[in-house]
Amino acid sequence: MSDNTKIPHIKSVETRHLEERESMFRGLQNLDRRSFLKVSTGAAAAALAAGASNHFHSFLPVNVAYAAEGPAGQGFSFAYISDSHLYAKKTNERFVRQLLRAVDDINKIDPQPDFVFYGGDLAQLGRKEELDLGAQILKSIKAPLHMMVGEHDWYFDMGQHWNELFGPQTYSFDHKGVHFVVLMSVQEKDFWTARGMSPAERMHTVAGLDNALQSAFEVGAPQREWLRKDLEKVPTSTPLIVFSHSPLYKLYRPWNFWTDDAEDVQAILQRFERVTVLHGHTHQVLSNRIGNIQFHGMLSTAWPWPYAPQGLPALTVQMNRPNPFDPNDGLGDGTINVHPDGLVDMLYNLWNRNPMQVRASYLSSGGKSDVPLAPTLASY
Amino acid sequence: MKKLVWVRAPGMTASIYLACAAGTGLSLAADPATGPHGAMPIAAQEQRLDKLITRYATPPAGIDPVAWASIYMMTGNELTPDRIALGRKLYFDTRLSKDGTLACATCHDVSRGFSDHRSVSEGIGDHLGKRSAPTTMNAALLQSQFWDGRAPSLDEQAKLPILNPIEMGHPDAASAMASVNTDPTYQAMFQKAYGRAPNYDDLGRAIASFERTLIFLDAPFDRYAAGDLKAMSLAAQRGLDLFNNKARCVSCHMINSSNPLGTDNLFHNIGVSARTKNFEALAGQAISVLSKNNDPKELDKLAIETDMSELGRFLVTKNRGDIGAFKTEQVRNVGITGPYMHDGSLKTLWDVVDHYNKGGETNTYLDGGIEPLNLSENEIDDVVAFLFALTDTRFAAQNEAAFREQQALAAKSRPLRDNALAHREMLPFEQRVMGPSGLK
Repeated sequence: MSDNTKIPHIKSVETRHLEERESMFRGLQNLDRRSFLKVSTGAAAAALAAGASNHFHSFLPVNVAYAAEGPAGQGFSFAYISDSHLYAKKTNERFVRQLLRAVDDINKIDPQPDFVFYGGDLAQLGRKEELDLGAQILKSIKAPLHMMVGEHDWYFDMGQHWNELFGPQTYSFDHKGVHFVVLMSVQEKDFWTARGMSPAERMHTVAGLDNALQSAFEVGAPQREWLRKDLEKVPTSTPLIVFSHSPLYKLYRPWNFWTDDAEDVQAILQRFERVTVLHGHTHQVLSNRIGNIQFHGMLSTAWPWPYAPQGLPALTVQMNRPNPFDPNDGLGDGTINVHPDGLVDMLYNLWNRNPMQVRASYLSSGGKSDVPLAPTLASY
Repeated sequence: MKKLVWVRAPGMTASIYLACAAGTGLSLAADPATGPHGAMPIAAQEQRLDKLITRYATPPAGIDPVAWASIYMMTGNELTPDRIALGRKLYFDTRLSKDGTLACATCHDVSRGFSDHRSVSEGIGDHLGKRSAPTTMNAALLQSQFWDGRAPSLDEQAKLPILNPIEMGHPDAASAMASVNTDPTYQAMFQKAYGRAPNYDDLGRAIASFERTLIFLDAPFDRYAAGDLKAMSLAAQRGLDLFNNKARCVSCHMINSSNPLGTDNLFHNIGVSARTKNFEALAGQAISVLSKNNDPKELDKLAIETDMSELGRFLVTKNRGDIGAFKTEQVRNVGITGPYMHDGSLKTLWDVVDHYNKGGETNTYLDGGIEPLNLSENEIDDVVAFLFALTDTRFAAQNEAAFREQQALAAKSRPLRDNALAHREMLPFEQRVMGPSGLK
């Protein structure tokens, strides 16, 4: 090896990318070593204290340190899939493939998550055949499934077929000491009757961005009342996890990254000590905290949205701008690790990128500790 | 984009007319194999090369000089006649293999499209590897080397096959250099080329320098694009339109004056290896091997010797998105560099188009851009005609012979033709989601 010093070694983009991934995998190996602690229950608490609660997907060589989990209230994990936007059978099989990929991903998680949550917008234009196709695919998920509705599922027949397939759109349940609430946050005021719109025209209008016709999303007074009642008997010390399709705050109105009565809903949630809101609709890594409420966006399996031109929460560490030549980039699914105290670490399983994790401690500390690793590849 | 804009370098004649079926030009049809491992004997190859390239030009014809100087040249290894001469001697020197039966030119044979016309290559002791030898023609213009891009440059690439146990089989660089070090001619040539004693890095640099002269970018397509509308047959002209539109080839194989090879230099899972291998199990094994040993030679062994070869780019990046992904190969001279794909599993360009027409082979990691193409039988023939028009005119006779041979093979058997999938009468996911009866 003669005089390498004289000749600068040019590193290709690929080589640099490789080096970045190597450094990530070194991290994973360390994690793996730590996870061996799980064989001893005595060491389990230590493992958790050391923060070994990452949950990576499929065959990655990481055995998650779930040792501290066991009896109720001791922490658990669930997975999510969101925003698949399926068209009818022959129109776009790519989106179908991508949903199948997420199902494969989730089914490979070992150990299996306690349940899988679907974040809304299973269909693109609310048609029966779109929803049926989605329902059929979701049947192959091994873990129990909880569903949420999105505006793309709703505005063709005002939720009729979705309700037939999946039941009521607003509900709550308890799991291992955590109270879960699922809202229908994409109510719109009637803009269609006066204009004499057909169901398809109504649906197409809601499915569009940047149009002045449709109203802003809202949870609405009747549902807020339902929420108040549902939470009446829940002690404020109970951890709360709320699902809404749109973010339960106001980010960017032209794209309906917005819930118009967000403040009213937040007011109902504020008395609880630990509240997490998980939402779909935005198709990107999105993190926020308002008071004691922590917010996380979910990834889509269909397409990634760019970040909105204004209103981005300061706590959001942005994911890469996806490679426009790679239709799978910027897509993914994810795992939510619920701590024993009820707060959550959000793992974004980006299919073609390093996974990103946004920890509860990052949001609790106002961005001071556990800052997520920013993506290392420059945007295009 | 309807038509490509193709700017010719000044001084090149566009009037020479050679349709791909014209059959004129040098007689370069592949000769019967008479050398070791089925390759043309080295001396005959060298003679043939002398006819193909009569003078080395830098930059080679057909390439923008600024791009050549700024993008394609390695700093510290600028192209000089001494380096090219040394690299050429090394390229054809069988002493670079442990048993003296293989040179670079054995698997990158001048008479066989600078490849070997085998599905996978044969190394020392008649060991078969797992991957097909890509052509060294125009390889200098690729942004990374090997099917999985594990080498960033030809300078790095050239050093690896020599040390691979089932390719050229030298245990280490010292063993490979032994024959070179004892040869006074080499001593002098290395000294002249690099101003120092022979060493393994310079050996890689020299071979790369020679390979940078193997530029073959003068095809009927180039002449057509330069304005000679008779340079390509009507079928090939229709094929070009399909290539850029309905057949979606251009999504990855973009070909234009600043990107003359027709590759995006990226890695895509198109499903070729999904036909035979279970990715998930393999990926798990690969991760455990690579987490213990990150040596480039270990990676090389996995890629050449084991089933993990089928994981492709994943071996390099360990990114699940790269499982089963291989480099987009250049489309230049594709008519004479078969068989096709990383494993040489497709014998003809009809098979290649059939593969894409049915939407590749469905698997979890299939690239998002792959979908059924609905090409008719005539359209497939047109695309194939265009692909044959991408062969440099210096190989016109060889190209014509390859066309006839493939046409005969395709007439007998089209193993990947699947009309139901190609025309979306059945969708790849349908059976899986809805059972054998399909969607209602």
